[in-house]
Parts: sequence; structure tokens; C-alpha cells
Amino acid sequence: MAAHRCCFPVWLFILCSFSLFIIAGSQETTVAPEQHASVLDNPQTAAETAEQTAGESGGVEERRWEGTEVRDAAAQKQAEPAVLQPTPQPKDDFQEELVVRPLHSGDIYASFQFRTLWETDFMRGNKVSHYRLFPKSLGQVISKFSVRELHISFTQGYWRTMQWGQPYLPSPPGAELWVWFQDSVTDVDATWKELTNVLSGIFCASLNFIDSTNTVQPSASFKPLGIGNVTDHRFLRYATLPREIVCTENLTPWKKLLPCGSKAGLAVLLKSEKLFHSSFHSQAVHIRPVCQDWQCKTTSWELRQTLNVVFDLHNSGQGKREWSLFKMFSRTLTEACPLASSSKIYIDITDNPEGEQFELSPATSLLSQAMVLGDRRTFSVYDLTQQDTFGSVRSLNLLIRWKSTEGDMLRPLLHAERYVAGYGLQTGEIHTLMYNHHPYRSFPVLLLDSVPWYLRLYIHTLTVTSKGKDNKPSYIHYQPSKDRVRPHLLEMLVQLPPNSVTEVTVQFERALLKWTEYTPDPNHGFYVGSSVISSLVPSTVAMDTNSTRERPLFSSFFPCKEESSYFVRVYTEPLLVNLPTPDFSMPYNVICLTCTVVAVGYGSLYNLLTRSFQIEEPSPGLAKRIANVIRKMRGVPPL
Amino acid sequence: MKTHVLFNLFATFLLADGLNIEDSAGQFFSSGHTNNWAVLVCTSRFWFNYRHVANTLSVYRSVKRLGIPDSHIVLMLADDMACNHRNPKPATVFSHKNMELNVYGDDVEVDYRGYEVTVENFLRVLTGRLPPSTPRSKRLLSDDRSNILIYLTGHGGNGFLKFQDSEEISNVELADAFEQMWQKRRYNELLFIIDTCQGASMYERFYSPNLMALASSQVGEDSLSHQPDLAIGVHLMDRYTFYLLEFLEDIHPASKANMNDLFKVCPKSQCVSTPGHRTDLFLRDPGSVLITDFFGSVRKVEITTEAIDLTDPIKEVEERPANGDVHKEMHSYVDQLPVSEIIHQNGKLCATSTNKMSLCCFHGDVSECEMQLPRGLGVEGPP
Repeated sequence: MAAHRCCFPVWLFILCSFSLFIIAGSQETTVAPEQHASVLDNPQTAAETAEQTAGESGGVEERRWEGTEVRDAAAQKQAEPAVLQPTPQPKDDFQEELVVRPLHSGDIYASFQFRTLWETDFMRGNKVSHYRLFPKSLGQVISKFSVRELHISFTQGYWRTMQWGQPYLPSPPGAELWVWFQDSVTDVDATWKELTNVLSGIFCASLNFIDSTNTVQPSASFKPLGIGNVTDHRFLRYATLPREIVCTENLTPWKKLLPCGSKAGLAVLLKSEKLFHSSFHSQAVHIRPVCQDWQCKTTSWELRQTLNVVFDLHNSGQGKREWSLFKMFSRTLTEACPLASSSKIYIDITDNPEGEQFELSPATSLLSQAMVLGDRRTFSVYDLTQQDTFGSVRSLNLLIRWKSTEGDMLRPLLHAERYVAGYGLQTGEIHTLMYNHHPYRSFPVLLLDSVPWYLRLYIHTLTVTSKGKDNKPSYIHYQPSKDRVRPHLLEMLVQLPPNSVTEVTVQFERALLKWTEYTPDPNHGFYVGSSVISSLVPSTVAMDTNSTRERPLFSSFFPCKEESSYFVRVYTEPLLVNLPTPDFSMPYNVICLTCTVVAVGYGSLYNLLTRSFQIEEPSPGLAKRIANVIRKMRGVPPL
Repeated sequence: MKTHVLFNLFATFLLADGLNIEDSAGQFFSSGHTNNWAVLVCTSRFWFNYRHVANTLSVYRSVKRLGIPDSHIVLMLADDMACNHRNPKPATVFSHKNMELNVYGDDVEVDYRGYEVTVENFLRVLTGRLPPSTPRSKRLLSDDRSNILIYLTGHGGNGFLKFQDSEEISNVELADAFEQMWQKRRYNELLFIIDTCQGASMYERFYSPNLMALASSQVGEDSLSHQPDLAIGVHLMDRYTFYLLEFLEDIHPASKANMNDLFKVCPKSQCVSTPGHRTDLFLRDPGSVLITDFFGSVRKVEITTEAIDLTDPIKEVEERPANGDVHKEMHSYVDQLPVSEIIHQNGKLCATSTNKMSLCCFHGDVSECEMQLPRGLGVEGPP
């Protein structure tokens, strides 16, 4: 409002009349200059009340939230004093953690988990529009497709259970997607098709190849992991794409879903050049409703983003049994994510109580115990929200140096293998082996097999044997395949006797595909997705059944209903089978050969039949030719 | 008299100023486009075609660097080289030997990958005739004020380009697709670059206006690759795109380089083949077309001094339950493996089976079971 030197009184008059006009328009009775002063005062009071009543964690987010309030208050020109108290916004909370487990083979297993909890209701009538920590793209997917639970994972490599133990979150090679829909959905198949297309755009993966030929509806496996009362399996769909490649283009949108992105907190460690140079890499997104508190009357939505990676001793470790954050990820940590309420690193030191196996530096006094995978494990904890974790150099680079290589790994109780037997390109046999390493307890396993339609299974040849004897499953669900429409689905509940190997065999025949159905590289082979084995394995310690107590994220994924066993899911290897492949250059060869045969054979015959011969004089010399010309002119016959 | 002179002076001043305004306004609207799109396609599969993926990623990198965002780029890679098991350095694709420049980077979004890169999908992307459930990142949402850059690379011949070793697109199909785009007003100007053997044959049949085309070799010539890297074991880039990348690395968003400079990229001495170009369908003079008109996304900003009134923020109506203390039932987690429930799921059907495994353990009733038994199954099969 710079005043012009020449027209000052005029401008002042215009200003005064203008402000009077504004005041007349509003409902306030205060005079103009006083109003400006009071608006300035208001933001401060708004800030104070917001601080008191918000109760949010993290200083930065609090200030950010206040900022919105201030602008709101100013715009409304303090129409109602009640607006200064925050309207009850759904509370959201973000936690991040990293678990590092040194493995006996010298490899190292790192598992990142990022969890966002949000108390909101996507299924409400009016749409949710204000997203803060929860990513908007996923929130819109949930509300548009009425999703109750969504689990998607992208994995490169195969988890070697016998060398590495059990993972915290299992996943099969390739892409896997399973979704529980709400019971308000009328056409589940159409919704599933649209959902896969939308997810393929979000994650830059070719999930649009999921269609009825590789989707199944399990009847007993894959019960919902979130809360819920109804489990009608008509609303469940499961599909895998074993051929799906995982690379940086899948990691990039995955990182963008995190509240801090890859700029702060544990996500700065996620550099693709190191993550994909590993034996096993798996990233997943899990969305489900969970209990808000111990009473469990209201639900909140939980989004977990997990990333599991196993670094090889020889590839990434250069043969030395010494691991540090910098060696694994080529980065060190400098701060926690400001939006996180908790940011922790857990190192598994159960096998190293006195420090005789490996040495951990920098030392930390925080210890934590957790019941995970049927065992009580001890962890050293680094809390990144505390400034002194970073020390004087302001960066944290954990170092694990091995001192001795002795010690035995606890053998996992459940383990499975699968392979194709047989020879030739006509028939074959699929063998699935399930190992129970418990010395005296037997437990039930649920085996889910989804075989594509082009391997025609002969179910009458299905045999299940344990220790050489027939082992009849107590439940079988089989849905035969339909050519080009749906795959085989075989689900069996088998009791595994203690300390035994159970073998499931079934013979199959390979189908001949139509020539347009072959991929551009058919000699690579065709993939059969992993079998899924779900089981309740007896645990060595009493598991924690109270699901709402504060627990580290890695131990709270699978809900635990009883103390004596824990739920585990094991995936077998995918199979690669060769189908009888035609030679695609044959049409060209056939055309050439046919045309040649027709030309040579028919042409010769035609010539023989229709060709006539004429006698022709040899051409005469020059003199004779001139004489012939003169004779022709005279009308006399030539020589 | 004085006022007259003053008036004249004032008028001429206004006129001069006005001309100036017209000039700058003319410059402002000279290119005629308001947004930029890029469609970058690599059509080759298999590890030994590493260089085609590297070609496409170099153009992707330049185009992103000069300002076109991922949402305006449709990147189609027919095979994955970065995370291929034969790649000694995973998650990288190099363009220069000795691993100098990683064109794959850390922030890449591939829209069509693997088996999705087909002639049909490519033509659908260009013409916009995609199924309704296709996500936005896979669509070319251009309008009549868009400048589009289309880059194709792979193996080609006289009049065709091979897709994934199993199908091909001909120059007639491509020209017709561009004509469809013109009829539907899907582009303002289009720059077509192709790096294949005999690439000039692909732009021979174009007939729609506002198309400019560049190719790496003439009909009858082969485009050659640049240099192998002994650590990776394959040729890293094609010559034409290698020198194109070097040229583009010198371009920044404010650069004034024009198309004539682009035509001079990779002369015969460097490329061994003769690059060609076609500008007869293009309305403007190529010398006045900036490189950033196609490769960059230079936004033109018009500063206004008008004030805009923002409406009051919409207050979210909090739905409170009718009575404050509604009795809600307690939720609980579902049992993950309810063994007894599963065994009794089909009730009598499974329980009455004999010692031979019965196939009638389907969901639903017995009648469904009888209908669903396919012929030949459930009886004694061949040994």
C-alpha cells in the first residue's frame, strides 16, 4: 500500500471507504484497524490451542498442521471461535523399522517395514479427500474397488529355507496378488480385472496379464489377515505371475508411496544398485483393517510396505564376513523420518549372547526380546529418533564383524520342494515334497496348487505318501481346468507325521497351444506358479496372543490365536516346463518348398504335354541374307 | 502547437511500444504448443540386443533431464536388461564403455514392458483407442496443442520394423496411424526419430501435415553399433543414438539450438551410414524450430496482476452416530488355519468317501459335483 506522493489524500479516502465497505459486508462489528490487529493475534492463539489439543507426535508435523489452521482462521475472519479447536481429524501414524539378521552361511538378511495406520472409513458415503501419511493412490484404489484386504508382492530370487531359515514375510518368486473384496461387491471378476489394471499402472508392472487363466479362488487357504467376521471365499481372488521381473521401475513407485519418500529415515538406504545385486529381493504392499485398541470395537486401516533382501557373502560381501550398513546399501543413516512416530533398527543377537560369534558396533544398551517364528529372539535396538544414536559424527553406520564361524542354525521345522520329473515333451510328473523336521509332533498343512490349463493333470494319478505309506488328506478341493478359461486348482489338507517327508505326485500331459498363443520366446519355457503351503507349526516358546500390545512390526504381521503354534506360509519353487514348440519358420519353408515342387513338377508335365517343336533353319550368312531380301522384293521364294 | 507535437510523440511512442508487444507476443505463440509428450519404444528382446534398450533409455534420460515429466512419457521396453541375470552390474544400463554413464538411473518408470510391447499396443497408444481400464500412465493423453516426440529403435528392414522377433509394423501402418492422430487432433507437431537398419524407409509413406522425421540410415544401408564393453560382453549403443546422446547432453532447457543442428548429428564419417531426414510435411522452417520444442518441456508463463478470490474452505461434516454410545460388536482376527472347520466344510461329501480318494469334494451340493465331473476323470485312467 505504497502511497503516491501526488495523490495521497485521494488514495487514503478510497482506502477508507473500501475498508468500510468490507466491514459492512462482514458480520463483525469491530472497526477496520482493530480487525487487522485481531487477525494477527488470532494465529497465535490458534497455535496454542492446536498444540494442546492435537496430541500428534513429531514436532515438524505439528507445526505443519498448525499452519493449515492459521490460514483457515484468517480466511474465515474468525467467524466462529469454535473453529479454533481442531475438527477431529482421523489420526494417522507412521512407523519404520529395519531388522538385520546375520545368517550362518555368512549372508545377511535385512527386512524393512514401513507401517502407516489410519483411523478412517473408506467405505463411508462421502469420499475421503484429505490424505496425509496414507498415499492417495492406494486410498482411492481401496474405496473405488471396495477392497477389504490387498496383498501384493514382487520378488526376485527364491528364498532358501534350509540355508536361511524362515523369512519374516514370505513371498513367491515373481508377482503375487491376492485380494479380499467387501461383501458389497456384486461382480467380483469384473472388479478384479479392473483392479489388476489399475495396480499395473501404479507399480509399473505388467499385472494386466492377470486374467481368468491364472486367477483362482482358494477355498480354504489365504484367510484374511485383518479383522473381520465373514470369510466367504467367493470374495477372494489369488493370482501369481511367476515370470514377472522386478527392477528399479518397480522400486521407484513403491518408494514414492512412503510419507518421507526416499529422502529421510530408513528409506535412504534403498538404493537400487545394491538392492538388486543380491540373492533375494522382495518388496510388498499389504493393506488390511486392524484393531485400533485392545477392545477392538473400531478398526483402522493399516498399510505395510515391506522390503526383504538377502545379501550374498561372495557377491556383495567380497568373501569377507564383515557387514556394515555402508557395505550393504552404500549409504549411512543421518536422521529418522520426521513424520515417523518410531524409527528403529533391530539386530538379531540371539546366537551371540556374550559377543563370541560377532561383534556389533557402535554398541548400544537397548535390548529387546520378541517372540517371532516360534522362538524367543533377542535384539539390540538402535532408536533413530534419539539424537545420541548418531553419535558425534552425526551418522550411523552399523558394523557387524564375525569372529568365529562355528555354531549351528536351528533347522526350520517346515520346508518344501517341488520339481518336474519325466522325459520328453508329452508327459511329465509334478513332485512336491514337504519336510517335517519336528522330532515328535505332527501338524497339518494346507497345500494350494494352481497349475495352468496347458498342463493337463490326471488327478486319478494323485498320490500322497509319507514314509512310504499312503497318507490320505482329510480335505481335498479340486477344480478342474477349462482350456483357455481357468487353471487347475488343487487344495489339500495333509497331516505331516513327525520327522518325515511327505511326497505328493501327480502326472500330467502337455497340451499343444495354438500358434498365436506362444510367447515371442517360447523356447524359454512356460512357468508354473509356486505351490503355497500354509501351516500351523508348533513353537518352542509360548507365542503372544495379545495382538494389540506394542510389538515390533516384524513380529506382529500374522495374527496369533493360540500360544502353542504359529502360522507360517512356505512357497515352493516355480516350475519351468517346455511345451512342444513348433518351428515358427515352417510357414515360410512350406511356401518355398510347395512353390518349388509345383513349379518343377507341374511345370515340366505341362511343358511335356503342350510344347510343340518347330524346325528352324540355321541363320544364313550375310551374302545369302542380302540375296534373300532381293528375292523377296522380286517375289521369288528365298534360298 | 506544442500539445500537437506532444500528442504525436506520445502516439508514436505508443505505436512503437505496441509493435514491441506484438513482437514479443508473436514470439510467445510462435511454436504453437503448450505441452510435450514423448513415446519411446524399444522393440527388441534378448540379451544381445542390449544396445536397443540403452538407446531408448538414453533418449528417455535426455528428455527427462530437459523437463518432460514421467506422466508425459510413455516408455516401452521389450525386455529387461538392467535386472537380467546376465548383467554383471544389476540395475544398471550403460551407454559408454568402462561404465561411465548409467542411463537407467534410480528414478525410472517403464510403462510397457516385456510381452506388452506389441504392434497392437503401440498403435493403440498412438491413436488413443485403449480399453477403458487402462491406467493413465499407459495412455498418450495428448491434445491438439501437444508436441510429441516418437523414438523407435530395434531391428528393421526396407519398409518394416520388427517387434520382439515375432511380428512387424510396416511403414504404411505407421503412416496411417499418424493420419488417424491428425484427424483426431492428437498432436500439434510430431518429431519421429528412428534408429534401425534402413530406417529412412519408415518415413517414406508419411502424408499427414506437421511431421518431421529423422532416420539413422538410408534404404539399403545398415545402422551400425558403436562399441562393445568387454566386461558386459555386448555392444552398448548404436552409433546414431550415441552421437545423438552426446549432442543432447549439451542442450539445456534454455538452449536455442534448432533442428538444423540436429540434422547434422552423426555425419557419414562417424556413423558409417547416412542419416536422413524429412521436413517437407512440416509447416515451419526447421531452422526456427528449437530442440527444446520436442525434447524439453519448456513451460511458458504469463504473469498476471489480476487478483482471484478463493472460495471459503469446505468444512467436512463429521457424521456422529445417532446415540452417543452405540453398542458395536467386537471384531476379532480370523483363524488362519481352522482345521476342523476346513474338514467339515463340505460336510457329508468328504466324510462318505471310500478309501479311494473321491473327487466329489467340491463346494456346493452333490448335483453340482455330478455335473462338474469331466468325462474320463474319476474313472480308472490309462496306466
